[in-house]
Amino acid sequence: MTMLLEAEAPTTTAPDWELVYQRPQTLVDAPTHYCPGCSHGAIHRMVAETIDELGIRGCTICVAPVGCAVFAYKYFALDSCEAAHGRAPAMATGLKRVLPDRIIFTYQGDGDLASIGGNEILHAALRGEQISVIFVNNAVYGMTGGQMAPTTLTGMRTTSSPYGRDPLTQGRPIHITEMLATIPGVAYAVRRSMHSVAEMRKVKKALRLAFQAQMRGLGLSIVEILGACPTNWHLTPTESLDFIRDRMLPEYPLGDFKVDERLRD
Amino acid sequence: METSIIISGFGGQGALFAGQLLAYAAMDSGKEVTWIPSYGPEMRGGTAHCTVVIGDEQIGAPLVRNPDCVIAMNLPSVDKYESLIKAGGRLVYDSTLIKRALRRDDIAATSVPAHDIALRCGSQQLVNIAMLGALIALCPLVELSAIEQALRTHLPQRHAELLRPNILALHAGAAYAEERKVASSQG
Amino acid sequence: MARELWKGNEALAEAAIRAGVEAFFGYPITPQTELLEYMARRMPELGRAFLQAESEIAAINMVYGAACAGARAMTSSSSPGISLMQEGLSYIAGSETPCVVVDIMRGGPGLGNIQPGQADYFQLTRSAGHGDFHPLVLAPATVQEAVDLTYISFDLAFQYRTIVIIAGDGALGQMMEPVEMPPMREISQERPDWALTGVDDRPPRTITSLYLDADELERTNLRLQEKLQRVAANEQRWESYMTDDAEFLVVAFGTVARIARSAVRTARAAGIRVGLFRPISLWPYPAAALDQIVSRVQGVLVAEMNAGQMLEDVRMIVRGRVPIRFLGRMGGVIPMPDEIAAEISHIARVNHRSNGSNGKSPLSERSTVL
Repeated sequence: MTMLLEAEAPTTTAPDWELVYQRPQTLVDAPTHYCPGCSHGAIHRMVAETIDELGIRGCTICVAPVGCAVFAYKYFALDSCEAAHGRAPAMATGLKRVLPDRIIFTYQGDGDLASIGGNEILHAALRGEQISVIFVNNAVYGMTGGQMAPTTLTGMRTTSSPYGRDPLTQGRPIHITEMLATIPGVAYAVRRSMHSVAEMRKVKKALRLAFQAQMRGLGLSIVEILGACPTNWHLTPTESLDFIRDRMLPEYPLGDFKVDERLRD
Repeated sequence: METSIIISGFGGQGALFAGQLLAYAAMDSGKEVTWIPSYGPEMRGGTAHCTVVIGDEQIGAPLVRNPDCVIAMNLPSVDKYESLIKAGGRLVYDSTLIKRALRRDDIAATSVPAHDIALRCGSQQLVNIAMLGALIALCPLVELSAIEQALRTHLPQRHAELLRPNILALHAGAAYAEERKVASSQG
Repeated sequence: MARELWKGNEALAEAAIRAGVEAFFGYPITPQTELLEYMARRMPELGRAFLQAESEIAAINMVYGAACAGARAMTSSSSPGISLMQEGLSYIAGSETPCVVVDIMRGGPGLGNIQPGQADYFQLTRSAGHGDFHPLVLAPATVQEAVDLTYISFDLAFQYRTIVIIAGDGALGQMMEPVEMPPMREISQERPDWALTGVDDRPPRTITSLYLDADELERTNLRLQEKLQRVAANEQRWESYMTDDAEFLVVAFGTVARIARSAVRTARAAGIRVGLFRPISLWPYPAAALDQIVSRVQGVLVAEMNAGQMLEDVRMIVRGRVPIRFLGRMGGVIPMPDEIAAEISHIARVNHRSNGSNGKSPLSERSTVL
């Protein structure tokens, strides 16, 4: 599309059409490895658009997780590194402490952030680390094939909870974003969802505020995004969106759990 | 030739600091020296000790099983180290706190009323320095003036008002030991 | 420059500061805590990054992050903490980011105790994490040497894009010795051409240890091994003491080596021609130097504060040419000079007895665990 534009450039008359959609500069022109109906691809795109719109591509560094988004660094046209499972907030801390004027974000799934990396995200929040955390919650471990995560719904069958998650022995779903919102070091903590176009627009706005919180030095920002995993949920892509709406939303209500007053300007 | 000194007492009696002063004085006198403390839970209220080794070339072991000299500021220290001192070695102990008779007759033992000396100099906190003064008088590891200089340089700022009493205690301890030396050589 | 009396842990910290460390991340653990405390005071004074992490796991990953930015980053810990760092060390090795780690070893396994130990030898030299790699491991015996090695550790880490581990023990960390500090170096603002700094106008850079394609990962491993071979060829460090005319040889590192030095002097005074070989780099092990000395002696004593870990390296180098005797103390017990001297006398006596007999040496290996 960019090529077309350049070819048009020498003509004297302005084109009579308007460019309304193109690949963001922050997104690499490459096919992703994500399954059909997976939310990661669309979330990547919205992250990339946000970075473009804020004009911070040149100074932004991505910390990729272990999980389905492990190759996030292949899709963002950014300086990136690959963290150990759950340790992205610690790695981001190290980067930010020596590069305080750069924008550092982690992109993490629910197994990564809420299970093995629980301590790292908790203490990054406690310190008010100036990083942005994009937390995609699809209620399962995706990459390893759909095992139970701390975010798995009560009664939900997974490959490691074949009889359904039993709260008596396996506990109930964890609400990370609500927990983090209680910590003074957190500037922005919200939950959004990918189940409809209207909700996706709200995801985009939240991403913008999350980066802005960091740019203004207000503290840690986290956007939890309820995403679909049709493959491991054994549903079609459209059924998966219904699953988010009907099953996940009652457990994980959308909303703003914390918004620093200064972000409301 | 290496000389090893263990300084031992209750936590808070300043055994480690006295050892550091000795180490500073040795270093400033151009000698090689190591200082190593007991550390960890022992430090919290139990018996604290440190080992100082002074020599003319690079010190080998910073810890010794059989020290040449021991300063014992409490009874547990005498109980622990009396039997370990090298034959012909030296024990200096505080007669105010240690009342029991010694068992060794192959070491030179000197009792010093360090507690009384310290009180006379202004504070019972000075026991460690009075004992160090006594040891230096008996066993010329370094010049007394080098210890005095180390005190001037290394006494923490928050104890600045204790500098004079410390120097007083150092010399009082040395003077007492000096007298005993003369007395024993005449007796 | 005048000599000052420094505690090992604090001297290590100051040496790192003078070498230009830009970021320190650590977690309290005896017997290295003074290093962390010293950094907590000094780094903010200099406008550099200091952070007490929530765990050793977080600390090493913070080091990883800062190192990705091309900064001189370090952490310090003691044995149980190093175990927790092994995951991060493996990622750092796999992604070839440089960093410096201090291990002030204590008695183990498990919680063990806080007294000096050398039982992390295998962990540091052989298995600092999963996968095929070795950190460069340097084992100082004196506080001055700890300072000198720390001072060059960042240069080595960046030259080879490798992990450099300074392996001390509780005695080295806690003791005070006179030290001559090296001069303060300026921190270079220049970043290596692999560092993450934000793309600006250049192509994106990625730091990762993930290679799903087997051939690609093998190529990466081969490159890593080639680099480690260069380290092995160039970075062997050792000290030999009274070995020129030695008939017997003590091999020891770190604190045990300095104690062995006293024992060697005692044995020499008793007429035994004994020397000391002290590896300073534990990986790469100074094999060629030891090999040469071993070819001239009649017996070797290995002394360690573990159950016989470096002993395996010595065995491989000695290759059965002369008998090896082993003295190992564990649990934080430090071998005393008289103990080592007694072992030296023993090998000298046994060797003397066996001379002129059937040529079969009665000297055999044994593990002394008292």
